[in-house]
Amino acid sequence: MTECPSAIAFGALAAEFHPQVGGKCASLGVMSQAGLPVPPGFAVTTRVFADARKAADTMSQIKDLLADLDSSDNVALASAAIRSRELVRNWELPEEHERVIREMYADLCTLCGVDDVPVAVRSSATSEDSPDASFAGEHDTYLWVCGIEEVLEKIRACWASLYTDRAIVYRHEMGYDHADVDMAVAVQKMVRPRTAGVAFTLDPSNGDRSGICIDAAWGFGEGVVSGDVTPDNFLVDKVMWSINRRIISPKTHAHLLTDGAPGAHPTVVRVELPEDQVLAPSLNDDEILAIARLARTAEKHYGFAQDIEWAVDDDLPPGSDIVLLQARPETVWSKKRHTVSAKKDLVSSIVDTLVNPLYSRKGAQTA
Amino acid sequence: MADRFASPFEIETPEGAEGWQSLYSYSAVFAEERRDYEDGGFWFHDGVHWPEALTPWDAGVFEVAIAALGQYNTRHYLVPPAYGVDLRILNGYAFLSPVPAPEADIEGRVPHFIERAGFYFANWDRLYDDWLVKVRSLVQQMTELDFSPLPQMEDMDVITSGAGRGSGDRLLSTYHRLLDHVFTLWQYHFEFLNLGYAAYLDFFGFCKAAFPSIPDLAIAKMVAGVDVDLFKPDDHLKSLARLAVSSGVDDRFDGGSPEDVWAKLATDQPGQAWIAEWDKAAEPWFNFSTGSGFYHSDKIWIQNVEVPLGYITDYIVKVREGVDLNRPVAALHKERDRVVSEYRELLDSDEDREAFDAKLGLSRTVFPYVENHNFYVEHWAHSVIWRKMRELGGVLKDAGFIAEVDDVFMFRRSELPDVLFDLYAGWSIGAPSRGPAYWPKEIEHRRAVHEALKAWSPPPALGIPPEVVTEPFTVMLWGITSDSVSAWLNSGDGAEDGVLSGFAASPGLVEGPARVISSADQIGEIQDGEILVAPLTAPSWAPVFGKIKATVTDVGGMMSHAAIVCREYGLPAVTGTAFGTKTITTGQMLRVDGNTGKVTILD
Repeated sequence: MTECPSAIAFGALAAEFHPQVGGKCASLGVMSQAGLPVPPGFAVTTRVFADARKAADTMSQIKDLLADLDSSDNVALASAAIRSRELVRNWELPEEHERVIREMYADLCTLCGVDDVPVAVRSSATSEDSPDASFAGEHDTYLWVCGIEEVLEKIRACWASLYTDRAIVYRHEMGYDHADVDMAVAVQKMVRPRTAGVAFTLDPSNGDRSGICIDAAWGFGEGVVSGDVTPDNFLVDKVMWSINRRIISPKTHAHLLTDGAPGAHPTVVRVELPEDQVLAPSLNDDEILAIARLARTAEKHYGFAQDIEWAVDDDLPPGSDIVLLQARPETVWSKKRHTVSAKKDLVSSIVDTLVNPLYSRKGAQTA
Repeated sequence: MADRFASPFEIETPEGAEGWQSLYSYSAVFAEERRDYEDGGFWFHDGVHWPEALTPWDAGVFEVAIAALGQYNTRHYLVPPAYGVDLRILNGYAFLSPVPAPEADIEGRVPHFIERAGFYFANWDRLYDDWLVKVRSLVQQMTELDFSPLPQMEDMDVITSGAGRGSGDRLLSTYHRLLDHVFTLWQYHFEFLNLGYAAYLDFFGFCKAAFPSIPDLAIAKMVAGVDVDLFKPDDHLKSLARLAVSSGVDDRFDGGSPEDVWAKLATDQPGQAWIAEWDKAAEPWFNFSTGSGFYHSDKIWIQNVEVPLGYITDYIVKVREGVDLNRPVAALHKERDRVVSEYRELLDSDEDREAFDAKLGLSRTVFPYVENHNFYVEHWAHSVIWRKMRELGGVLKDAGFIAEVDDVFMFRRSELPDVLFDLYAGWSIGAPSRGPAYWPKEIEHRRAVHEALKAWSPPPALGIPPEVVTEPFTVMLWGITSDSVSAWLNSGDGAEDGVLSGFAASPGLVEGPARVISSADQIGEIQDGEILVAPLTAPSWAPVFGKIKATVTDVGGMMSHAAIVCREYGLPAVTGTAFGTKTITTGQMLRVDGNTGKVTILD
């Protein structure tokens, strides 16, 4: 087996390293490689975590802190947790690993054309003994992390989040050994969407599976999802890749990024749009087709009709600026059958077509 | 929005065309006696086939063709909901009105249809093979018709054989035989066509039910053949261009007249070999009309050699530049298979997939006829008909009945037996016929009326439109839908806001300068990179599709020639805009969106 690198870009994350990057990073890697471009970034592997842990040699202290802890004693728990986290946050990053992480972050900044590009730093825990453990939501995520020094700090903070009160209790209740859980970290670009929205791999107005239906609006997708902006709507044919419907809606408002006070994170605010953007299409044809192809790829990858969230990231080079933010199975039409049920005998079916065309019948597509 | 079109009885006669009715059959014009029926119906102008004002004789072919259509629906196959299509001529233009079967009769017609249409579907390939033999033999018989002039005296062998009949008898009966052949030809034409469309519509309806948003052209693409006879004339031009270059005779194609080029070719062996190849291709493939084939005035390649020669000369330039002129047949097959398998996979159940396969299979069985008949009937057989009529015209001209050979088309179909009798009687009696004193003046008058009619533009429709257009043949053959009817009702002049709508017949989005062409004679004006705007296009315009960026037509649907050829060439097309040539002028910048069927005038 190749030696596990310190950090691996999502797009180059081979399956053999999945155990060293945790579930979250592994899934980002799988998606990137399946043609589902997630926002770019890299995984800091558990090798870095393990080497730092070994170098710091504080595990026995942590073990002592957590030994015989009564998980219902909140005060004792909180105090042990704080002291454990402090220990982890002070771990030194071995020099070789730090050099690689600095390079990877610098590459990401170059790709985005942004100095100190804002990233999300996310925990991606893994347990050698329980590779399927999800640890969903147990550990910390840091948004709008800017600059390599803050990135390095937040990587350690993710490691330290192994010892939050809730993570400790979770492991305790699930019967995992505290020392058996390793922490990889995902460093992923924060999306700065020019346009964002959702896409269904069927036409939600009639269940037509040959269509990909896209809702799009300026800025962040919150408005499309919550419904406080009326999005543009496009329908793309999955086979012909033609744009069969185009409805440009008046988009008076958008959710846009606004710089916060100096030192504070930027925030997303609903603002009124200048007139020239209100009726302008929020996507061009190439983008519409690229989003449709992305949605179709997700559908094929997962084997079910999908409901995805996507964005056109202003920082990424045109042609690779469309990113997938989320994919989940479509649930409304996917449960229905929609058999055409034409007559078996061809000539009788032709009579039906002539006398009472199928396509003019009501409710023909749901049986 | 208006709820009806003008009554046919409100339409005024264009100035100078007074008395136009006498140019056409009494039964083909709107008239008081049938006013209740005619005024209550919906009549649309058939610009797909007859875009221009008809001459009297060409109008006769229109009547025969449309009656033959009805014959098969109404009397042969008993298509349950549809009788034939009624026809009228108004101010020289063809108008049609689909006739539904009475509601009460529909059910009773069903078992007959199943038995009769079922027989044709079950034996399609054999019957189609027979059809090809029948139609070739008919063309042969028409070619053999002899319209030579009446002799000064009968040949001696008329005497010695004891024939007992003379040349006047031959002339009259030859004309009758020509009419019979036209009648037979048009029955052959519709023997398969309506059934072919019905099978296609069944597949079409299935696809629309399974995938409500599926583009019409996706369905067409799944069914359409790749090796179609209609492409053969163009394929032969390309082969001849390649041969000219490979055999080193390409320098003789210097833009000179056909006679000059042929003279230069005849001087050596390679040139003669090229001429031999031309002759082989020309029969039958260059019996190809530059128009719809329905007008005697349409140019036929074989009789207007400068047209195909011009195309060959253009192709030679491309061959020299190393351009690959071959149609990407393998790629087209592959793309067709991809489209089929992907939609098939999207179907909900195996039961649907089975139905899809069966319907697609039948559609592909019937489609070669749908795609190929046009060459045999409208192009090849019609070119022989026009040629034979001109031979007759020559006889009448020599006898002083008419001034020009083409004046023969100014007679009504049913008038000519009388005219020929007059000629015969004068010849047989040895006394003057009335014709030479009577017809030249009358024909001059008719010519003036016809000119006045040609300058007039027919409205797209007349009368009361049906609430919804579902009648399948109307939708399929003429591209008339509820949407196009309401678009016509909405737009007096079509493009008040600079946007025309039509069928999204071939995908793609381009911008470019317009070239408005009203007849085939103008196709030489088309420049590289222009957008062709025409009433309709003909298959024989294929070579110009290598120059243009997109096509916009006034008439035609998804299966019109412009649509088929543009899909083949990968050019955007919007067909059936109704007002394209009237609204757009040459040189205007256009945006043609073949995905949505919209044409936008940008300046």
